[in-house]
This record gives sequence, structure tokens and C-alpha cells, in this order.
Amino acid sequence: MAREYTGFWRVLNGPQEIGRGPVFWCLFAFVALGLLGYPFFGSVFALSNLANFCLYIPMGLGLALLWGYNGVLSFGQGAFFAIAGYVYGIIAGNLLDIPGGTLLAAVGGIAASAAIAAAFGYFVFYGQVSNWIIPLLLLVLSLILETFMAQTAGYQWRVGSVLLGGYNGMTNVPSLEIGSANFGGASIAFYYLVVALMLITYLGLRLLVNSHYGHVVVGIRDDVERTRMLGYNVALIQIQVFVVAAALAGLSGILYVSWGNYINPSSMGLLAATLPVIWTAVGGRSSLLAVLLSTVTLRWLADTLAVRGGEYAFLVMGILLLVTMLFFPAGIVVTLARRWLHQKSMYRDLKQNGAP
Amino acid sequence: MPASTVSDGLVVLGAKDLTKSFGGIRAVDHLDLTLARGELRCLIGPNGAGKSTLFGLLSGLHRPDAGHIVFKDEDITNLKPFQRVRRGLCQKFQTTRIYRALTVAQNLVIADRTPRSSRRKNGRLSWALSTLGLDSEGEVPAGELSHSHQQWLEICLALATEPDLLLLDEPTAGMTPEETELTAQFVVNLNRQGLTVLVVEHDMAFVRYIAQRITVLHYGRIFTEGSLGEIESNHEVRRIYLGER
Repeated sequence: MAREYTGFWRVLNGPQEIGRGPVFWCLFAFVALGLLGYPFFGSVFALSNLANFCLYIPMGLGLALLWGYNGVLSFGQGAFFAIAGYVYGIIAGNLLDIPGGTLLAAVGGIAASAAIAAAFGYFVFYGQVSNWIIPLLLLVLSLILETFMAQTAGYQWRVGSVLLGGYNGMTNVPSLEIGSANFGGASIAFYYLVVALMLITYLGLRLLVNSHYGHVVVGIRDDVERTRMLGYNVALIQIQVFVVAAALAGLSGILYVSWGNYINPSSMGLLAATLPVIWTAVGGRSSLLAVLLSTVTLRWLADTLAVRGGEYAFLVMGILLLVTMLFFPAGIVVTLARRWLHQKSMYRDLKQNGAP
Repeated sequence: MPASTVSDGLVVLGAKDLTKSFGGIRAVDHLDLTLARGELRCLIGPNGAGKSTLFGLLSGLHRPDAGHIVFKDEDITNLKPFQRVRRGLCQKFQTTRIYRALTVAQNLVIADRTPRSSRRKNGRLSWALSTLGLDSEGEVPAGELSHSHQQWLEICLALATEPDLLLLDEPTAGMTPEETELTAQFVVNLNRQGLTVLVVEHDMAFVRYIAQRITVLHYGRIFTEGSLGEIESNHEVRRIYLGER
């Protein structure tokens, strides 16, 4: 009876995600085509803004995988985002004249985040540290890194020709370049790069969570001891998932510096550590689609509120998190989707069996 | 119904001088235990006798303070639980541990294709699923199964790892007499297929149904061993375990 989750379509459309079936995939194709066609009628400003909102999606989806699917909450995604951003800035700034230098920098940035995550994960997961302590340790890691980076002002804090910049941050970070294409924040190329990476990340993680490996990842979330007692090296799998989530946060970090040519220590501060958790919780951590939607929506909302002035954005985010925790513990999108699916199945049963 | 054994006398598990203390309490005290391949053994004893601790030591959930465990001629004392499972030693826990939020089929996806079971398939799992009536419940969330079916599902998850030795910790707790008898029949049939089984059980009806050889634990030590008849006629066992004066 154990179903083999092997066929590509079967895995992609598997049970670990709420958006399934022909209607969902038609809508998905429609939205994807809309995003691809948007540059033909959207302004450069709108495109650049949308790209900025979407570049956080890999980080959000990584946290959904780590927290929603594997049960490990993290306040460290901001840190992995910023580590990759800084390392990218250092490498790219020093390899300005070398073709492919920024690409090498991107690989280096993501590798740095992944390596730090692997080292942290090794001690935490093999040490079987309690699940509720891990987010606190990660928050401490973030704040230590922020404090350290904030005091790196002055010419003595330089790596090669790149100044770390202290609290003012690292400026003039070059945008990604592949061949003759420059992926600056206001370019159509950057917009397409972000859309492509967002779709690849989403579909890739869908394949992952619905594969046999993904089922084991979910099994660890639901019962660590049982999973161990089925012969799985739980700590190793947890480290792997943690590294993937950190690498995805790193990818977002690299897109961010390529977009704005700038990064400062506040990207690993308290607020930056909390925001991905809010996006993931509000949408619903157990669904990649929900987190994707809530990341874009909340980024847009925060941006719109920030434009109006004041610190309303933070207040609204806080209230949203409270409302979600109190009334939609599974997340707003996930709760509404489940309710809709439940009503649909009741309606179908009623049609098949007649009124009770 | 007396069960027949298929044991060939070869030792599959040998525990020597096992000791484990929690604080000042010695839960398992210089205990020796030997299991022959194909044997079906019942472990009984009053509460606090050290039965579950012994299981924890065998499956690797607890590290012994002293002593050694040899499984299929290999010293597994320092191996982690997952490494022991990969060598063919799997446990069903006392409190049911299944993936409640997932369907029965998804539970089996996780349990199946583990590093061991990908190597060989002996059809034991599909036989178990149909015998226990779980094969028609693939799409049911495991948490919505009846109590007995949850217990049976956990046994099936353990079987999916293709064990050579199955540890069952109170497999019939909370079951009706009919379900207990069905479980006992099932365990006997499993054993007849060549699987070595060690069962901790309080329900004497179950023990009477399946027992070949019974080991009685008391204060972390082996109090006595023997056949069902010998144990039931042992006055001291009746006093410490069955509560007779």
C-alpha cells in the first residue's frame, strides 16, 4: 500500500502542499505568465518594487521548509541573508575587473551562509539541543553578528579594497553580471532573474517536500523518536534542511545587494530576524504557497505603510502576528484554504449521496 | 493455543552485565539476557521492574552505565538507535508513536524504503497490513484510526524496516479482549515466519496465548526464566507479580 512518490507529476502535485489539481495549476500558469508579461506594461519603478518584494521569497520559502516542514523555528534567517550579502560584497568588490567575478561572489556568498549554517547545525542537531532553544541561539548569533559589523567603521576594517563600513554599511556593491547582462535593481533583467529564481525555488521545494526525503523531513517534525527508530540519521537530515534554508536566505541576500548595491548591519538585527518569521506564520508555515503569497503581500504592505511615514509598518506587522497567533494558528492562507477544501468535499459528498 | 517455536538455537542477541541507574535508582542491575534466533520471548514483571529501561538499552535510547550488548555477533553497545535499526533491531514504543497528522499511506512512505528495506523485500509488511485490516485505510489520517489500529500501524512501521529482532513494548495496552487475541495471533504468526520477537506485556491473557518462554524481571534483575507452566506455578512469581499471598 505504501505509495511510491516517484513520478515527476505525482511528486510535484503531492500531498504536502495545499495548492493541487488542475484548477490550481491553471491559476499558477496564469500568474506566472502575468509576471513574465508585466515588463511590457509596468513602469520601471513598479517593476523594481515588485522585484524587491519577490526577492525575499527564497528566504521565506526556506524558513517554511525549516519551520513548517521540519519543525525548527529560526530567528537566524536574517543573519544568513546578511552574511551572504556581505561576503558577496567583499568578493565582488575585489574582483571588479575579472569577468564572472560577481557570479563567483554570489557562489561565495551562498557558500558562506551554508558553511556557517552547517557548523552551527552540527553542534546543535548532533547535540540534540531542545527545539525551543535553537531559535534563541540563532537570535543570539544574529545579534552578535550585528554588533560586530556595527563596529567595523574606519579604514582599518577592510578586506582587500572593500570597506566593511560599520553601521553605515557597505556601499557601492556591484550588481550581478552574467556575460553582458547587468542585473541592477532597476533593470528588466533583474526582474526576470528574480521571477525565475522565485519559480525555481517554489517548484524545487515542492518536489523536495513531496519526495520520499520530504516525507522523512515531515516525519522528523511530527515525531523525532519514531523517525530515529525507523533507521534515519535524524541529526544529519536536520542539518541538511537547515543548510538549504540558510542557502536560500543567502540567495535572497545576494539578490538584495544586487538590487540596492548596499547592505548594513540592520539586515541582521532584531527586526530583520523577526520579519521572515512573521511572513511565514501569517501565511501558514506548513504550505510553501501560503508563505510565498504572504511574503510578497506583507513586503508590499510594509513598503506602502513606510511610504506614508512613521513606524506604522512595524506596528501593523506586530498586530498581524498577534491576530494570526490568536485566531489562525495554522496561518491565514492555510486556514482559509483548508476551510474551502473542506466545504468543497462536503458539497461533493452531498451531491453524491443526496441530502442527509 | 500453544505457539510453536522456529528457533534454531543460534544466539541473535546477548546482553551481558547491563546496568543503568537514574539518579539513585538502579533501574537495570547487572542483567544478563540471551535470545535465540527465531525465539518469541515474553518479558513480565511488576511496575518499576526495569522492563522499559531494558528495552531502551537494547534499542539504544538509553546508554548503559556498564555492560555490553551483542547483536548478530556485533557489539552494538555504543551504536545510536538509527544504526541499530539499520542492523535489524526495531522497537514499537509503549505509548503509540505514529505520524498522527499524516495518512496511513504517508506513514508507510516514511517507514518504507529505509536504508535497510530497500535492499530486500520479503512481503512481510503487505501480509501484516492485510492481516490487520490496515490496507483499506491508506487515506485515513493516522490520528483518526481507532486505538488498536494505531498500535497495529506502529507495529507495521517497525516491520517496514525489515527487522531481525522486533521489540514490542506493551502492544495490547488499552485493547479489547478480541483485539488482544488478534494481536497475539498476529505476533505468533510473525514469529512463525522466522522473526525473533521480544515482548513486554502486562496482559496475562496475551502472555498465556503466545508465550514460549517467559523471563520475569524484578528490581532490574532477572528473577527467573521458564515456560508458561513453570512461571505460573512458581509461588514466588505469583507473589511478586500476580499479587498472591
